Amino acid sequence: MRAQSRGPAKRMLSTAKTMTFLQLIFYIFATVLVGASLMVITVRNPVRAALFLVLAFFSAACLWLTLEAEFLAITLVLVYVGAVMVLFLFVIMMLDVNIAQMRAGFARYLPLGLIVAVVMAGELTLVMLSGEFGLDHAPRPVGQAADYSNTRALGEVIYTDYVFAFELAALILLVAIIAAISLTLRRRPQTRTQSPQKQVRVRKQDRLRVVQMPTSQQDKP
Amino acid sequence: MTKELLYLAIPLSCLLAALIAGFFGAKIGRFAAHRVAIAGVGLSFVLSLVVAIDVFSGNIYNGTIYTWANIGPIHFEIGFLLDQLSVVMMVVVTFVSLMVHIYTIGYMADDPGYTRFFSYIALFTFAMLILVMSNNFLQLFFGWEGVGLVSYLLIGFWYERESAIRANLKAFLVNRVGDFGLVLGIGAVLALFGTLDYATVFSAAPGKVNDVIVGPLGYEWHWMTLICLLLFVGAMGKSAQVPLHVWLPDSMEGPTPISALIHAATMVTAGIFLVARMSPLFEHSVTALSVVLVIGALTALLMALVALVQNDIKRVVAYSTLSQLGYMTVALGASAYSVAIFHLATHAFFKALLFLAAGSVIIAMHHEQDMRKMGGLRKALPVTYLTCVVGSLALAGIPPFSGFFSKDAIIDAVHNASIPGAGFAYFAVLLGVIITAFYSFRLVFLTFHGEPRMGQEVRSHVHEPPRVVTVPLVLLAIPSVIAGGAFVAPALTGELFGAAVASAGHEPGDMPTGAFAMLAHAPFALPFWLSLAGIGGAWVFYIARPQWPGQFAKRFKTLYWILDRKYGFDSLYQRVFADGSVAVGRAFWEWGDRRLIDGVLVNGTASMVGRLATRLRQIQSGLVYHYAFAMIIGLVLFISWFLFR
Amino acid sequence: MIPLSHYLVVGALLFAISVVGIFINRKNLVIILMAIELLLLAANMNFVAFSYYLGDLSGQVFVFFILTVAAAEAAVGLAILIVLFRTRRSINVQDLDSLQG
Repeated sequence: MRAQSRGPAKRMLSTAKTMTFLQLIFYIFATVLVGASLMVITVRNPVRAALFLVLAFFSAACLWLTLEAEFLAITLVLVYVGAVMVLFLFVIMMLDVNIAQMRAGFARYLPLGLIVAVVMAGELTLVMLSGEFGLDHAPRPVGQAADYSNTRALGEVIYTDYVFAFELAALILLVAIIAAISLTLRRRPQTRTQSPQKQVRVRKQDRLRVVQMPTSQQDKP
Repeated sequence: MTKELLYLAIPLSCLLAALIAGFFGAKIGRFAAHRVAIAGVGLSFVLSLVVAIDVFSGNIYNGTIYTWANIGPIHFEIGFLLDQLSVVMMVVVTFVSLMVHIYTIGYMADDPGYTRFFSYIALFTFAMLILVMSNNFLQLFFGWEGVGLVSYLLIGFWYERESAIRANLKAFLVNRVGDFGLVLGIGAVLALFGTLDYATVFSAAPGKVNDVIVGPLGYEWHWMTLICLLLFVGAMGKSAQVPLHVWLPDSMEGPTPISALIHAATMVTAGIFLVARMSPLFEHSVTALSVVLVIGALTALLMALVALVQNDIKRVVAYSTLSQLGYMTVALGASAYSVAIFHLATHAFFKALLFLAAGSVIIAMHHEQDMRKMGGLRKALPVTYLTCVVGSLALAGIPPFSGFFSKDAIIDAVHNASIPGAGFAYFAVLLGVIITAFYSFRLVFLTFHGEPRMGQEVRSHVHEPPRVVTVPLVLLAIPSVIAGGAFVAPALTGELFGAAVASAGHEPGDMPTGAFAMLAHAPFALPFWLSLAGIGGAWVFYIARPQWPGQFAKRFKTLYWILDRKYGFDSLYQRVFADGSVAVGRAFWEWGDRRLIDGVLVNGTASMVGRLATRLRQIQSGLVYHYAFAMIIGLVLFISWFLFR
Repeated sequence: MIPLSHYLVVGALLFAISVVGIFINRKNLVIILMAIELLLLAANMNFVAFSYYLGDLSGQVFVFFILTVAAAEAAVGLAILIVLFRTRRSINVQDLDSLQG
């Protein structure tokens, strides 16, 4: 595939105008993504953080669309925004967390964190911009045809080459479900529940007692 | 074969008696225990007599009964060599042992360890018989260690007493020194001759006289000298010769019958027996004989002097034993082996007699042993008194008692000896005679004559002990009187022991050898008058002028102090060997064990791990973000390395 | 034309931000979990970018699995968080030092 995409490199340069719009989209969403992520880690309120995370995922999904990974982009939105983030929000709201207390010591670790982050980001960026990953070495491939289905292509790979891994992934999800339930399941002794099997097994003599009583003499002579 | 069975029965009857009395003593009771023991030892005695008569009529036996192990060309065997020397020892051992057994019934009557005691002395008799009947070095060593073991057990018989425990430990340790020499000597014999059998060794000995071994520093030793000196070290330990004598006086912590049996009559003579048995070897080494002679003379003189200042009745007899053992050793050194054994036999009788008499006095005095608290017991204890006087006369060497003959023979033999050290030895034994007479009668006079010095209550209760005590005294007194005269002639001419001991070097000299001739000669010889002088001196000091001893002690303070301290052997050994080994042990413990092994190797490793862990565990804060931080730092470093390498 | 490196830089920035997020939010386990999600997103971003530029679908398959695992991780992580909150009445990470050596 790579060998194929080498060929039409010249043609891509000529279509610079259309790419500019794509670039615009990329930069907008990239900026939003970075900004949203920064907000996630800095805002006071975890609910807000979660919402910013949703924004970040949205932006990331949009970026992925520019990479023609439509299925994953939609999955990200559906699974993450629709399920995982909602789960986060549930948890945050369920827990009665003292927000003020949480921010204590925030500034103390900021300088060290910033230094580490700057060094790391700097180094990583240095690597990324070294030219190894520039257009000369990795030109942007031509977009797929309009009737190309990313979902279909992915499905073909997943259900053939990666079918065992896929099954394993399903198993992992199952385990995660069971783990999450069993971790959080609480039996409260005072909770009143029905026990159908007990109800079915009940016999007459357990509940019913026939008492013989002498009839009382109402009238006395 | 029946003969071998007979020979086997002699030691084994004692062993059997010991086992029965020892293991079943509590079950069968005191009477049965002592009957069994006495029956065993009595059987041994009778059989020994039978064998002795057989041997003296010319039937010398030397044979192997049982082969224990064969290692290459070396055979470890159990066998008997029954010649004149062994049978004399056997008869002496079993007779004295029997007397002691009987005497013990009275002496130990109230002791809770009664059956144990009988078991021990029967076991001792067994070991001693094995020792003297052996025909090879290994079996000799077995018997040697056996008697050492029983001696240890018996010195510590009253194990509740701390002094007894210390004494038996001391005896054991000092004997270890001697036994070490003996083992080395046996090893040397094995190295030179390649066999442990007596007869083979002795017949091969003349061919090996000039063999030399190059010792350290390039000094050449004659094998023969080396072997003899090493064997003599063993004999010094067992026979308590200077400087290994220190254990014997302390061994008096044991019961008195034991002092009589083991530490006077039989076991301590094992060393003398050993040298006599090895006489064919010793004859090939003048150096060894000289050493033997000088050591013996030193022991004879020095220990006799110490006996002068002792107040404990048993200790006087103990030092007397040391001195007499010295006499025997002198005789050995002068090559008069038969004379040494002759003196050994007579000494066994009268020394056992003296010990048992001392024991009788001790019983009568309710276990009081200090002579300064006795006196005037002559009337209360007539039998004891008479037998004690007999023993003392024999010890002092007054004719016609047995000691006279043997001691005179020794003095004569030394007089005729010409090896280096003989002059000193002659002087020592002559001086020893007067001292011996003096201290023996000092004992007699202090104990039986003069004013009673004990408390009123004790005095009213003093009476002759029961017959089981006095009968052995009388029975022992008989050979004390007659054994000397009866056997002197064959002993001196060498007929008695025949080829059992080497008899080179000793010539009768100008002394007559017949018993009556010796008696007739006595008034014209120096030793007799020296003995009389000693007795007279004792009479003057302790009867006529009782204040003199105290004045003399004051006048010659230094001398008295030296004698009272026993020349400082004990404190020297205490300081140098006991304290030294304690210090060495402590040093090893402190530096080797505690500091190096415990401190560095064991606890050091542990504490190093502990200290390291203390440092390391501070990294383990348990906080998730610390681990995360560590991971991130690692990541940053990794990327940096990847970028800038 | 957007070069591959731009996507990668976005991924790197996301990664660095989430690391700082883990770092500075010591009191709040929920934020840390969110930062981990971001971390995974950064990795996914790189995967998708490489997948596109190299024309290999395997990268997207990998992202698919990462998403699966991340969802499972979020579920289990939040369950643990709830259990923790029940026992400690707190989601402060600094309180969780019972493994201290």
